[in-house]
Formats: sequence, structure tokens, C-alpha cells
Amino acid sequence: MTLQSLDIKRRSATTTPSPQARQTPEIAKLIDVSACTGCKACQSACMEWNDLRPEIGHNAGRLDNPADLSDAAWTVVRFTETERNGRLEWLIRKSGCMHCSDPGCLKSCPSPGAIVQYKNGIVDFQQENCIGCGYCVTGCPFNVPRVSPRDDKAYKCTLCSDRVAVNLAPACAKACPTGAIRFGAKEDMKAHAETRVAELKERGYSQAGLYDPPGVGGTHVMYVLHHADQPESYGGLPANPSISPLVELWKGVAKPLATLALAGVALGSLFHYVTKGPNEVSKEIEDEIEREDREAVK
Amino acid sequence: MTNHWVDIGNADVVLVMGGNAAEAHPVGFKWVIEAKQRNKAKLIVVDPRFTRSASVADIYAPIRTGTDIAFLGGVINYLLDKDKIQHEYVKAYTDFSFLVDDGYDFENGLFSGYDAEKRGYDKKTWNYVKGEDGYVKTDPTLQNPRCVYRLMKRHYSRYTPEMVEKICGTPREAFLKVCETMASTATPDRAMTILYALGWTQHSQGSQIIRAGAMVQLLLGNIGIAGGGVNALRGHSNIQGLTDLGLMSNLLPGYMTLPGDKETDYAAYIARRAPRPMRPNQLSYWQNYEKFHVSLMKAWFGDAATKANDWAFDYLPKLDTLHDVLRVFEDMYQGKMTGYFCQGFNPLASFPNKAKLGAALAKLKYLVVIDPLSTETSEFWKNFGEFNDVDPAKIQTTVFRLPSTCFAEEDGSLVNSGRWLQWHWKGAEPPGEARGDAAIMAGIFLRLRDKYRKEGGAFPDPILNLTWPYRDPHDPAPDEVAREYNGKALADLADPKDGKIFRKAGEQLDSFAQLRADGSTSCGCWIFSGAWTQAGNQMARRDNSDPWGHGQTLNWAWAWPVNRRILYNRASADPAGRPFNPEKKQIWWNGSAWTGTDVPDFAAGSDPADGMGPFIMNPEGVARFFAREMMAEGPFPEHYEPFETPIGVNPMNTNPRALNNPAARVFRGDMEVFGTARDFPYAATTYRLTEHFHYWTKHVRINAILQPEQFVEIGEDLASEKGIATGDRVKVRSNRGYIKAVAVVTKRIKALTVNGQKVHHVGIPIHWGFTGVARQGFLSNTLTPFVGDANTQTPEFKSFLVNIEKLQERS
Amino acid sequence: MIRDPKDLSRYTASQRANHWVIGICFILLSASGLSFFHPAFFPLTQLFGGPVWARILHPYIGVIIGAALVPMFFRFWKLNILTRTDIEWLMRVREMIDGNDHDMPEQGKYNGGQKLVFWGMSACILALLASGLVMWRGYFTFPVGIVRVAVVVHAAAAIAMLLTAFVHVYAAIWTKGTIRAMWYGTVTRAWAKQHHRAWYRQATGK
Repeated sequence: MTLQSLDIKRRSATTTPSPQARQTPEIAKLIDVSACTGCKACQSACMEWNDLRPEIGHNAGRLDNPADLSDAAWTVVRFTETERNGRLEWLIRKSGCMHCSDPGCLKSCPSPGAIVQYKNGIVDFQQENCIGCGYCVTGCPFNVPRVSPRDDKAYKCTLCSDRVAVNLAPACAKACPTGAIRFGAKEDMKAHAETRVAELKERGYSQAGLYDPPGVGGTHVMYVLHHADQPESYGGLPANPSISPLVELWKGVAKPLATLALAGVALGSLFHYVTKGPNEVSKEIEDEIEREDREAVK
Repeated sequence: MTNHWVDIGNADVVLVMGGNAAEAHPVGFKWVIEAKQRNKAKLIVVDPRFTRSASVADIYAPIRTGTDIAFLGGVINYLLDKDKIQHEYVKAYTDFSFLVDDGYDFENGLFSGYDAEKRGYDKKTWNYVKGEDGYVKTDPTLQNPRCVYRLMKRHYSRYTPEMVEKICGTPREAFLKVCETMASTATPDRAMTILYALGWTQHSQGSQIIRAGAMVQLLLGNIGIAGGGVNALRGHSNIQGLTDLGLMSNLLPGYMTLPGDKETDYAAYIARRAPRPMRPNQLSYWQNYEKFHVSLMKAWFGDAATKANDWAFDYLPKLDTLHDVLRVFEDMYQGKMTGYFCQGFNPLASFPNKAKLGAALAKLKYLVVIDPLSTETSEFWKNFGEFNDVDPAKIQTTVFRLPSTCFAEEDGSLVNSGRWLQWHWKGAEPPGEARGDAAIMAGIFLRLRDKYRKEGGAFPDPILNLTWPYRDPHDPAPDEVAREYNGKALADLADPKDGKIFRKAGEQLDSFAQLRADGSTSCGCWIFSGAWTQAGNQMARRDNSDPWGHGQTLNWAWAWPVNRRILYNRASADPAGRPFNPEKKQIWWNGSAWTGTDVPDFAAGSDPADGMGPFIMNPEGVARFFAREMMAEGPFPEHYEPFETPIGVNPMNTNPRALNNPAARVFRGDMEVFGTARDFPYAATTYRLTEHFHYWTKHVRINAILQPEQFVEIGEDLASEKGIATGDRVKVRSNRGYIKAVAVVTKRIKALTVNGQKVHHVGIPIHWGFTGVARQGFLSNTLTPFVGDANTQTPEFKSFLVNIEKLQERS
Repeated sequence: MIRDPKDLSRYTASQRANHWVIGICFILLSASGLSFFHPAFFPLTQLFGGPVWARILHPYIGVIIGAALVPMFFRFWKLNILTRTDIEWLMRVREMIDGNDHDMPEQGKYNGGQKLVFWGMSACILALLASGLVMWRGYFTFPVGIVRVAVVVHAAAAIAMLLTAFVHVYAAIWTKGTIRAMWYGTVTRAWAKQHHRAWYRQATGK
């Protein structure tokens, strides 16, 4: 829904422009993985603020709990143990929706207004418009949306759009005890990330960097990584995410081309009919049959 | 904490050892991150497991559980050997030059004066040499072989890097890297902080581990300075307040002590606790003991405490022995107790050897549990299948449950690890029949007093004469109690210098400096004096301005003592009174007085030229490397193996009496149930997880979601030896029982090579039990041994032996 | 209904029913499917009681069309084997479209175009069914990579099917006297003689 403070920039399955007059700055959440201790306060805060209570599950031999994102778990901290040059590293990453500038979910969504992108960059699901087809899951390069088995609606992190709309930071950023999650104007977050990256490089992480993947036009959830050259080692963060070419084809050129083809055939048929006329049985043959019948009667 | 949470941000090196701050103190850990980001601080983590703290550390060194003294002894040896110490500091501010009694000795694992029968020491030789003037003799040249410096150097020369590697399993290079980084703070402009918690305290030699840490800090000149200190991270939000208020069997509020059963003479009782200075011009602040004591007795007994009756000295119980929880449960187990009150406490889960605890509770006539939750202790009599396999028909204990409020349902103050008393306000009304702890205690007290009044008793006076001045006697209000512990004038108080009245009778006092031994003041806890003054509730202050820019927010809440934020801060300045580190100065001599960014921990008018030492609570005036007779097992920390040792020998000696802590108390029957490495080959350690708070949050849905099911952690090596895959169910046994849990197989626990053999660790988080909404589990203390630290009796939860096997069942 | 006893029987009742089951399903699937394909068609979801109902019903109808294809296919596949004459017919289809059908090669029951429609539609339904099941999240969970292939296959097959269907329907409308074959099951002898002379001979013995 449009709020006074949140203009919609893009809307799923909508071919006409959204309101464009007002300019609002882009925001971003910056997650500094090097300052994250995996305390899961973000998960608690997310559950508290959004009134989510996933099942009390099982331990699957890992510290990650819930084990994966779900309709009721919009953010999950992922723990990965890696060894690099004989040195053990325990990489801990808060995962969830990345709020892409070019969101694959929104592109895939067939239901007008079920997915919106606000001017500030937040990509939000509007469950009242969601039809439960799961196309967003197909479109997402980060494997984030989850269709609820309870109501067949898709859910994911809203970046606390309700909080942001009234100038509050997302619940996770508010709760993060170490300052590993920061929230603000995207530009400011990028500037802050630069100082963090510089410090990490000084500490010997020569490949430290900011994860703001250009393949999806940049994201509004960004990471500072010590090993920006190997994002996969952080619980499978994709190295060069982009909307799959298949999805691009499906929800890109295929749409107008196919529509044109259908219209072309329909119109072509009509004009064929009016120009060439119907294909009727010829008078000759009708006469032949009549003749035959008469002969038969005789 | 000698320092405080925010001050961690001033450190240049942070040592996390004997704790896992990121896991157990995630909020306070922000200051470690702050130190890293602001000061480019290096974070060192020494732990058997690669912990959450280690995940953001610059240096990680593995260590076998229970060998911290060997490690720290190695650090002390390194610092002394490489001369990486802050010379000016140790010379002026420690007992380096003090001469020690000729009878003091250390031989093959034992100090002089050991009595094997008593499992304890005659400590008379553990002392200084005194001169004819009554003061301790010193050798400022440090040449005398009997000076503390020489003795210490000799003691720790045995802790070579090779020995450290042999005992701790810490690879030499990792150990040396840690030493080198720590040593970088020996300069006056650099600071190291030590953050520890139960990983140091919960050993049979826990107090000595902490001492060893303090010794390292003293050598480096890191005590009393910004970003330094030895900092205990407390596990409950108010556990600091618990010790401050003396809720131990041998303590009175403000770290005063109960008399022993031989101390029947009041004057002698005071004299023992108010030591004369051991060196000239020293303050020896405890000389004021009587003022604090009399004010306490006035707060408790009012007009009934008079000079004539030695301020009601006879009302105080005289202690026969330490009645710590282990002792109490031992007595209960032996059938010597009828009833037990258990307030905000879940001993069945929190103390070792659950089987023994359960059997002990079953011998009680009644058990009263005052708690907001249904705890394992209150349900100890109920059968929960394998988790609590008891026969209720055979347990005759009557259990009373008195539901109490939780912290958010009441006003009050909490004392954090940094000694800040922060007032908090009720957030919600208590549910159902729950009542505040004070109201419950008042109810019990008033009924008891009534009975004593009507029926008399052996010695009813302390009960009948207890002051009970509350507006509603049935519900003492938090502000009333706070005013009481702050203290007030009972008569008009005049300044002895000019005779001017500065406090009228009935007014609140400003600090313990105003306390008197003549009965004209009352104060419930002298160190808290200043928390609620005539100006109002200082704990409720919320001004976070930080005028010096290093986290000294003196107008935020209130810290004991006298709102001082960093203890021993006199040591942050050189003997002439100039800050060692002008960038982060604490206090300094301005020519006529001490002033600074903090409240000076010193006699405010003492000219540096007079040579008063910064450690004013010690009669020496300086810090002690040589602990004299104050510790149970020796003046210098020495490595002893845990009572359950995976290697069966103490590589530091060949003395069978000195394998484990020779002064630790072991009850009959408990020694027999210690396991050996033959049957239980793996070193086990218990710990907490960030997702849970002790045994409380398993009652909370969100926490249960975040960590739903009991697990243990084992390394990949051990897992492959045992054919265990991550997610399998396993059974972990000690000689006292077993638990079943999911195995989390991890790279973060590596097998260590110790004394030529491979030692595996099994990590056992503690948070599950049979009540609550998380999946039911076993109390981890089913496994742990019933032995405590020789000084504090804190149980040895961190080092014991187990075996592990794979189960076929699924959860 | 028998209009003229001499009319030629082209489809039995059950064949016609089979055809119309497929036909109706196809219309419903097209309406719902197109609405998910392009926002321009989204209002079509109202035919189903709203977009969520459209999403719920679409795959079930898909299963019905798949099931209906089976008898259809086995009834007609033999009649739709392409012959050399069909190829020749197809090569000269332009004349046909121009309306000059008088010297087109003689056709059996089905001409080359109709046969192509048969095979095309069968193939499309098969592809739609397979890819549709992969996309059906109510019952199946496939790796997202496979789902992405499936959605493209589904869309492409659906468009191919629609285009084929347009040709099929238009051909029926354009060629007068055809549609009744699917209503009454019969065609006139004249129609048969004109459009399917070989079949006419075979049916009448002339």
C-alpha cells in the first residue's frame, strides 16, 4: 500500500507508471559480517516486531535455527566453518531478502500490486494481492521468498517497511548489539562500508569488500565481507547474482512477442476471412451430389 | 569488573579467556567491537573451542580445559624473561620488593605447611618479613633472592613455552603470538583488558586462575587504567548485586564478613578486619571497618544496637564453617536438614551431580520454591521419563511454590558487572498470584516474628529487634530499601574540622565517608552509600554525556564505590601524579588535590610526595603478587589438574598429592565417583549459548525457536573415530550419569596433543531440562563432579571426563 | 440429430464429447494461464472467481486436459500419420489459403494441416502437463533451476498451443460446414467431396 512516506516506484504486473513526482532517497541496511557474532538478536527482533513464531524445531546438527527461511522466519543466521590457509574461520551471516534494485520476484509476479518496490528501495510483498503462484520464488536469485503452507501467500523480509515509513530503523538493526547491522541512506551506508573495508584490509583481509551486486542493480541490503572474492563461502551467498536469463526471457521479451503473435493470428484470420471470403462447398459439387441423388431416386 | 563495560572500548588488546563474551554477553561485547574499530584493538581468544568470540578474533589459541594457570604462568614467565613489564608501575605499585618469610617454600607441587590429613595448609610461613618498626622489609634493588620478584621469577621459570604446550596442548607458535601481543601493552600508552567469566571461576582452582590473570595485568601495568583491568563478566543482570549485598554464607553486605565461631569478642572481631598499614604512609582503608559495621547494625537493629551491647554483635550468627551450596546439599544428602528455601534459584539444574541433588531434596521435610517459573527444582519429585526418572510415591518432601515477580514486573536497582547501580521501572503488572520477593519475605518474616513473640524461642532477640520501618510492613517498597542501604544520619552530624552540622538527623548520607562508629549513622550496605542521597535517587540518572570522550559517563546511573568507574585509578598516574597515558588520562595531581575524569580512588589530598600507594584497600598500599595467607592453595597460582584429568598426571610435579588442587574440599563419597580417563577418555566442558539464558528461557517461545533441542559439540576427529555424523543422537556418560543429545560435529573443536597424547573435548551446553516450551532434555549437571574451588567452592563445571557413544534412535 | 440420412458420419458421440472436454479445458486454461502471463489478460481471472481461484483451478484443469488427451490421442493418432500426399498438400498450402483449393491433392479424412494440428496440440499438451507439474507448488518442489526451465517451456508451449488453436478454430469457421461435424457428428457429402475427397470415396464407395 502506498503511504504518505513511501511512494511506490514499481508494482508487479503493472504496465503503467507509478507516481513519479516525489524524490525520496534510497535507503540500505549494511550488515558488517566481520562484526557479527551470530547472537541471533536480529532473528528475535524480527519475530517480535513482525509477530512471527515459527515452529519449535529440531537441531539438525547445526547451530542454525530455524534451519532455513520460512513464511514465519524472515531472517536466519547462517554459520559456515571454513579453513583457509590452515586457519579456521567461522563465517556468520544474517540472511534474508536483499531488496534488489532489479527485483526478480517483482519481475516474475503475475498479480498486479502483489509485489511493490518503494522509492526508497524496499521491495515489499502485499499478501492481500498475492495469489500464491510462487513465481516470486522462481524469479529470486537469492532463494528468499517462501510460500506459506498455511495460506499460500508468499512472505519475506519487509525491511520493516512499516517502521521505515515512520522513520524508525528496521527491528533487526535496532536490536543488533554489536552494530553489525546498520541502517541509513544507501550512500551513507556505502561510505561507512568503505571505512570498514579499509580497516579489514589493514587487518590482513586483502580481499575485503562490499557486497552490492551489480547483477541485480545493487541491493538495499549490503554486506561487508572479509572475503568479498568468495561470497559463496558465507552460507552460499551467490557470487554474481542476476535474474536468471530464463526468467528474463519468460517475463521479458516473451510477453510482448507472444501477445503480438496471438493478436496477429487473430487479426490475420479476420482479415483473411473478409478478404478471401469463406471456404464454402462449391456449387459444382453440390450440384453433383444433387444429381447423384436424383439418379439414385430413379 | 575493576573497570566497566563501556571502558572495554578503550582497550588496545582484548583478551577473552575463561569466557565467551560474544556468546554469553552479546550486548556488552559491542565494546569489544568498538575497541577493534576505534582503537584497531587486537582481540585474543583462548578457549578449548573456537567460539563465537573467536569468530571475530585476530588471534585464537586453543587450550585444554582446566589448564589456564599453566597458560598464564607461561605468560608470566614470558613477560619476566623477556622483561616485557612496566617497570615504573611494578616497582612503585606492587609488592615486587617485599621480602618473604624464610620459611616459605615450594617443593614438588606443594607449598610449605601442607597437611595431607586436613587437605589444607598451615599458612604461617606465607608472609612478609617485618622489620623492627613493624613495617614490611623491602629490597628496592630487587636483588634479594627472598623478594617477591625473585621468588615469583623462580616459581614461573618452570612454565616454559614447551611446558605450556605439553600441559595445555596450545601450539607453541600460537602461545608465543598471544604472549607477544599481550606484551605489547607493557608500555604506558597501551592497555589490555581481560574479560573472563565462568570459564575461569568454575574450576577447582578458579580463584587462582583469576589471580594469575591479575598478575599478568599488574606486570603489564594494566590495572587502574582506561581500557585495562581484570573484568568478570557476570552471568545474571544482578549477580554483582548479590555478592555486593553479601548473599553468601560467610558475608555481610559490602564484603564485610561474618564472625567465625571462635570470634566472640567484638573488639577482636573488628581489629582483625581493620588492619594497620604494612608500610609507612599507607591508607589501609579497611581501618574504617567498624564505621561500616556499626552503621550496618544500626540499619538492621536500630535502637537495639547500642554501644553497651557491642552494637548487637551477639545477634550475628557465628560461622562454624563455610555453608556454601555444595556444603548445604551435602548436609541435606546426609539427612541433616529439614527444610530448604529456594529463592530465584534452580539448584537441581545449577549444581553438580543431579542424582545427588535430587536424592538430597528427597530427604527434606519441606521445600519452598520462590520463583516466577516452574523450575526443575520445584518439579524434582515428578517423573519425567528418562529426564527425571524418580518414583514420586517414594518422595515425601512437601513442595511449596510461591510465585514471584520477574525483574520487569517491579521497580528496583540492578548492579551490572561494571558495578553500576541502574534503577529500573516496572514494565508490567505481575500475573496471577505472583508477588514481589520482598513481599513474600515480609510475609514469612512477620509470621515468624509473631510466633516468636507469642511462643518465645531459644534466642528470639535478633528476630524481635529487627527494624522493620516500611510504610506497608507486608510489602517493603524498593525505594525504601534503597534509601536504607544508602544510609542516613541518626543524629545531627557535625564536621569534626569546624563543628558545622552538615547532615541533620534523618537525612540521607552522601557517601560512606560520612559513616560513624558511634551509632549516629545507619547504612545497609556501605559500598552502596551515595546511591540515594538527600538529592534523590542517583541510580535513576540518565545523562549519558561523555565530556572526555572515553566512556566516563559519570552522570549515568551510579557506580559503587562513590560513583567511581575505574577501580585503583590512582595507578593510572605515575608516582609523581602525572597520567601514564595522557591520551586516556584518569586522575592526576593538580598540585593541591587529585582530580580527573573519574572519581579518584585515593585520599583526595594525599600529595604524591608522601608515597601513598594506589591500592588503598590493601594494608600494603600496593598490589600483591604474593597473596600471603589469603588463598587456600598457595601464595602463587600453581597448575593443578582438574579432579577428572584426561592425562592422569600433573606434568608440573611428580607428587601424587599435587595432582589436583591439594587444598580443595572433597566430601566423602564424591571422591569415589570421580571418573578416570580409562573409562571416560574425553575432556568435557559445559557452557552457555547465546540463544538462551540459563534455565529460564527454555520457557520462552522465541528462545526455544532459536535453539530448540539439546545438543553436544564434538570435533570432526572424535566424530570419525566414533562413527558419529552431525545430527546423530548420542549418549554422553560420566561416572555420575548420562545425557542424550544431538551431536553437532564441528571443525571448531580440535583434538589437542597433551603430554604426548591426543585429548578430545566434548562441549556440553547446559540449557535444557524437563520444564518449559523447548524440547525436553537432560540436565547437563547430571554429568558434573561435586567439587568446588578451594576458596569459593564454585563447582568445577568446566573440566570433567565423559565418554560418548552413538545412539540408533532419532529425536 | 440427423438432418439428412445421407450425410456422412464423421465423429461419434464419444469422440465429440472427448473433443469438447479438451476444448472447454483449453478455453479455461487459456483464460487463466494468459492472465498470469501478461497483465493485459489479468482481468480474465474474474471468470474464475478471482485470481486466487484462477491459480488454484488452473493446474487441476490442466490435469483434466492431460487425462482427456489420452483417449483422444489413441483414437486419432493412426488417422494422423503424415503421407506423401499430405506433404504435397502442405507444400501447396499457400494456394489453399488463397482460396484456390480446386486442384489441391485429394485428401483423406484429414488434410496435412489438420494432422499437424493434431500432433502439435498433442505435443503442446504433453509439454504443458510436464512443465506444469514442475511448477505446481501445491504438490511438488523442484530445484529452482528446473522450475525456471519449466516456466519457459510452459509459456512457450502455451503460446504454440494457442496459435495452433487459433488456426484450428479459424479453419473450422472459414471452412463452412465443418463445425457441425463437432456438433452433430455428421457432414454433408458435398462437404466431404469438396474437402476430403479420398475419405468421401472411402465412405460412400464412389
